[in-house]
Amino acid sequence: MTLEGALIRSEGLSIRHGGREVLRDVSFAIEAGEIVTVVGPNGSGKSTLLKALIGALPPAAGRVTRRAGLRLGYVPQGLRLDPSMPMTVGRFLNLPKRVAEEGRTRALAEAGAQGLEDRPLTALSGGQFQRVLLARALLDRPELLILDEPTTGLDQPGQAAFYQRLEDVRNSLGCAVLMVSHELHVVMSASDRVLCVNGHICCEGRPEVVAQAEEYRALFGTGTGGALALYRHEHSHRHDETCELDHTHGEDT
Amino acid sequence: MLDDFLVRAVLAAVGAALAAAPLGVFVVWRRMAYFGDATAHAAVLGVALALALSVPIFAATLATALLMALTVAWLSGRGHSADLVLGVAAHGALALGLVAVSLVEGPRLDLESYLFGDILAVTKRDLAVIWGGGAVVAVLIGWRWARLVTSTVSKDLAWAAGINPKREQLTLMLALALVVAVALKVVGALLIGALLIIPAAAARPWSRTPEGMLAGTAALGVLSALGGLWGAWVFDTPAGPSVVCAAALFFSVSFLAGRRAE
Repeated sequence: MTLEGALIRSEGLSIRHGGREVLRDVSFAIEAGEIVTVVGPNGSGKSTLLKALIGALPPAAGRVTRRAGLRLGYVPQGLRLDPSMPMTVGRFLNLPKRVAEEGRTRALAEAGAQGLEDRPLTALSGGQFQRVLLARALLDRPELLILDEPTTGLDQPGQAAFYQRLEDVRNSLGCAVLMVSHELHVVMSASDRVLCVNGHICCEGRPEVVAQAEEYRALFGTGTGGALALYRHEHSHRHDETCELDHTHGEDT
Repeated sequence: MLDDFLVRAVLAAVGAALAAAPLGVFVVWRRMAYFGDATAHAAVLGVALALALSVPIFAATLATALLMALTVAWLSGRGHSADLVLGVAAHGALALGLVAVSLVEGPRLDLESYLFGDILAVTKRDLAVIWGGGAVVAVLIGWRWARLVTSTVSKDLAWAAGINPKREQLTLMLALALVVAVALKVVGALLIGALLIIPAAAARPWSRTPEGMLAGTAALGVLSALGGLWGAWVFDTPAGPSVVCAAALFFSVSFLAGRRAE
């Protein structure tokens, strides 16, 4: 991997939260155009990793470097607007800086949220809301799109449709994608790399495209358009106990 | 014109309502109602300090309110239950202020005027403080508006856009301390919290955007100030509480009409 062209890179990154080391010694880099999916059990530090990358959490050790002037789009996890705050989709897209109308319309169309501009955010369905968040992340024509469990709360066809759309967006923009998936084994089939995180990087590899496999159909039924794939955890190093247990548990289900 | 005490009272009430509006919307959006109370109650302690140290009341209340806001923010950021910290701080500050005032009592102090306001005794100098302080609040929040709104919607979105939400929170603390110091003379320490949240809450059902809600809050705040003073004049009631009553009335009407419109 050439570190020279990396969009964003973490070196020996450790994050402490509430007196506990949530992540330790995480080193990785994302190249332009790459699709990287992060999987891991609950509480494994996946979201923490993304928050450290966007600068919301200070590293306890190590560092995060971005390429100078990197355009970054971010889709946060479980954003919930307080009902006391009035906000239309159009106004939301203009935060924190105003965007020309063509830009807004284009981003909404790309994210599959066209025609929602005048709707209040609180009146959107879960799927519409996720697409609006995606549209907002696309406004800046990002070189790196970071998504934190973007399909939480969507049903399985909804998830597959979201991944499909993300793949289209990525192909037209050519941006790199870093995504946290809440499924331990199911990832976007277009992923170049899958990182399994559990306090540290447990393993790393390519997903298997198994659209015809029984296992896959059992999980997702048919008609997901090949947007999803499975990831098998291949461990290249010895594990601490918790990591092993989590994987064993995950593979049984 | 400013020689008429009624004109000064109207200008003071309108000025305080306008100063409170840009902060009030954030207090409502960020669920800081109790936080506003704790900060306002600290102003009573500021009054006691001002008397003890012979410093201007505005400066002393500004300092204690700011100190209180920072302390409470720091404590709730340390994993303590925010509700508990605020409950202790709000009532503790009030009690401490009342005790402190009784201790420094040199010249007979009219405590009630600091608890409930004394708008009919507003001087030209008070007016300058109210409008000057209000202008600073308006400029401060206007300057940071987009960053503040983004941080309020989501801290993570703010970070990703290169905004530090912690710094924006400090902006709000500073503005809150200013509003407390400005509005003390108008509605008093006990009712500043009401002046902050009630007009904003009343404006919510009719707003589609944050900016629309700000405009509605300012308009309802001014109407409450005028209506309250009119009521105080006609029914011979205390001015500060009358202003808050008017605001509460607007809120009730707005809430009921808003429910019907849904």
